Amino acid sequence: MTMVCHRPEGLEQLEAQTNFTKRELQVLYRGFKNECPSGVVNEETFKQIYAQFFPHGDASMYAHYLFHAFDITQTGSVKFEDFVTALSILLRGTVHEKLRWTFNLYDINKDGYINKEEMMDIVKAIYDMMGKYTYPVLKEDTPRQHVDVFFQKMDKNKDGIVTLDEFLESCQEDDNIMRSLQLFQNVM
Amino acid sequence: MAAGVATWLPFARAAAVGWLPLAQQPLPPAPGVKASRGDEVLVVNVSGRRFETWKNTLDRYPDTLLGSSEKEFFYDADSGEYFFDRDPDMFRHVLNFYRTGRLHCPRQECIQAFDEELAFYGLVPELVGDCCLEEYRDRKKENAERLAEDEEAEQAGDGPALPAGSSLRQRLWRAFENPHTSTAALVFYYVTGFFIAVSVIANVVETIPCRGPARRPPREQPCGDRFPLAFFCMDTACVLIFTGEYLLRLFAAPSRCRFLRSVMSLIDVVAILPYYIGLFVPKNEDVSGAFVTLRVFRVFRIFKFSRHSQGLRILGYTLKSCASELGFLLFSLTMAIIIFATVMFYAEKGTNKTNFTSIPAAFWYTIVTMTTLGYGDMVPSTIAGKIFGSICSLSGVLVIALPVPVIVSNFSRIYHQNQRADKRRAQQKVRLARIRLAKSGTTNAFLQYKQNGGLEDSSSGEEQALCVRNRSAFEQQHHHLLHCLEKTTCHEFTDELTFSEALGAVSLGGRTSRSTSVSSQAVGPGSLLSSCCPRRAKRRAIRLANSTASVSRGSMQELDTLAGLRRSPAPQSRSSLNAKPHDSLDLNCDSRDFVAAIISIPTPPANTPDESQPSSPGGGGGASSTLRNSSLGTPCLLPETVKISSL
Repeated sequence: MTMVCHRPEGLEQLEAQTNFTKRELQVLYRGFKNECPSGVVNEETFKQIYAQFFPHGDASMYAHYLFHAFDITQTGSVKFEDFVTALSILLRGTVHEKLRWTFNLYDINKDGYINKEEMMDIVKAIYDMMGKYTYPVLKEDTPRQHVDVFFQKMDKNKDGIVTLDEFLESCQEDDNIMRSLQLFQNVM
Repeated sequence: MAAGVATWLPFARAAAVGWLPLAQQPLPPAPGVKASRGDEVLVVNVSGRRFETWKNTLDRYPDTLLGSSEKEFFYDADSGEYFFDRDPDMFRHVLNFYRTGRLHCPRQECIQAFDEELAFYGLVPELVGDCCLEEYRDRKKENAERLAEDEEAEQAGDGPALPAGSSLRQRLWRAFENPHTSTAALVFYYVTGFFIAVSVIANVVETIPCRGPARRPPREQPCGDRFPLAFFCMDTACVLIFTGEYLLRLFAAPSRCRFLRSVMSLIDVVAILPYYIGLFVPKNEDVSGAFVTLRVFRVFRIFKFSRHSQGLRILGYTLKSCASELGFLLFSLTMAIIIFATVMFYAEKGTNKTNFTSIPAAFWYTIVTMTTLGYGDMVPSTIAGKIFGSICSLSGVLVIALPVPVIVSNFSRIYHQNQRADKRRAQQKVRLARIRLAKSGTTNAFLQYKQNGGLEDSSSGEEQALCVRNRSAFEQQHHHLLHCLEKTTCHEFTDELTFSEALGAVSLGGRTSRSTSVSSQAVGPGSLLSSCCPRRAKRRAIRLANSTASVSRGSMQELDTLAGLRRSPAPQSRSSLNAKPHDSLDLNCDSRDFVAAIISIPTPPANTPDESQPSSPGGGGGASSTLRNSSLGTPCLLPETVKISSL
């Protein structure tokens, strides 16, 4: 049994590439290395870790999409650099970067467009995380309605797909979204 | 919250960015984390030995002593370290648990002392890692047995708990299978055992010759013929009991076909059938021979004892499982018998008046010799015969001695396996309970937090209940994350009870269903948003109903905390102390009236009952005033008082 052991690039390099300070990177790496001594996270571990935060429902599908959003090079495993790069965008990036990352998350097949099926998958995955016991009772077509609302808002030219520009424009018009993007500023 | 994932919370919260464009309601503000001191190294002084570790490491398990604010009680400001007057050797294991997530059991320490340390540091014994768990439990069990506290063995032997409301059939079957469960079953068990013994003894005694009455010449008769009526009555009684038992078992069996095919039921049938056949067969000379043979089958009643003895059952099972070894034994013996019989026959053929008249006749000699019985009724007389006879007896020893140890070891293995199966069943129960406890601990913490009014939009933090404020930073952030998910999907987390009630309310076609049916008409974003409002208002109503009782409970808990009675002796996670799952209030039908009352009120009622807003209507004021009284420590008030005042 070969252990894939990966060491990340130097601390200075990572500090230059991301928006984290050295101390923050140290804290992050310690946590990362503890969970994954081999230096890479595979999808199974990723799903397990994420599922611990959502004990009510089934977080595996959303974790799957997240994993593919983190794994930029599509190698099947997330190294510390990928992890920290994504975190840097999400926590310390500009609004533009965050929105672009979210677009990339929604675009499951990474073709540059979001269509209704991809959105359905994502929304269903999010609703799965709620679990069975919700109030009010979760109905069969709630995810579909949610997607319809989303598309009505985002799809400007009503062609059935959302491009990056449409997405950015619509999000920037929505005050709620803009405000909530500042939510996770002080997470670290 | 399980091992080490506290460090991954920032990642989980960052991933929530993916929900933002989908959220239909504005997300709640992030909890104000106090000035994060950044990670630092803490010094823990345990009886003079200094241990140093990162603060983050200890924060991984917030429901233990070292992970929660309880360690502040042990903080020594002069030296800047946490001092514990406990065993430093044991502390090493406790600290390693924080570092690696696995609690190991020290081999050379007393289990009792280890348990006490775990209890002090707030660690549940179930946290012992899988590598050391079996040994830990073994040693603990040994200890308990030695101290004559056999509770664990008793628990293992109780069998599965019977669900309430089971039918008579199920109860009967369970009484048959586990006689230790009820007194009646135990009595029945012993009675049948007694009658089996009586029946077998009667069968045996029947054949003993008793001296007849003084008669010349004294005729010896078997007792059965001397006292035919007595033996017949005894036999009838036994057979009646056995028949009754068999029919009862047949009635109670969950699967009758399977029961009919099982070995025990076959034995039962064979035990009682001869009697009935004997009743119906006329006392005919021709058939009486066959009838006598049937009586032989009565001896099978002794096999009914195997229900009463587990060892017998294991023996039977062993023989069944060693069928291949037995088969080999038989086959090799047969081969040897045939070979040697043939040889002996031809060796002794020449002798006059020899016993070895044919090869089958020589079989008897071979068998008797190979099993080293040596009756001596057939003996070889020629020299060749004697030589081959001795070879036969030597090889007999070998051939028989080979498969027997295999059978013996099989029996021993199966017997120990049986013992271990019982042990494993008990361990599995504990493991499942552990998983359920961990899961329910988290869910209930969040639900209780909601009920305690922790999700208020009001920014005046001072008015929040103390128990709400007292959660760790980790819990705050985790709950904020879950709250964001709720807002994104426009649904809330509830517990099973409320969910089933809501389902029931929907099926009744009450007002609850109307509001949900509004949401199911997908017209446009506007209607969806408006349908969110009655839900939100209803949630406020429920919160009002729930929080009145729970905040008073929360303040009661706070009083207990200050009195220092925080940690309960039973191994419970700290979060579950605040969460009492069965205390969730019922969403009874009266809550529907709430909706009407609150929607009609122009200004929203007081969110936090502790706030006194002069602009709020009498309902809110009434609620808050009643709460003032309750916060002084009176027991929780009924929701009805609030309802009356608001209507």
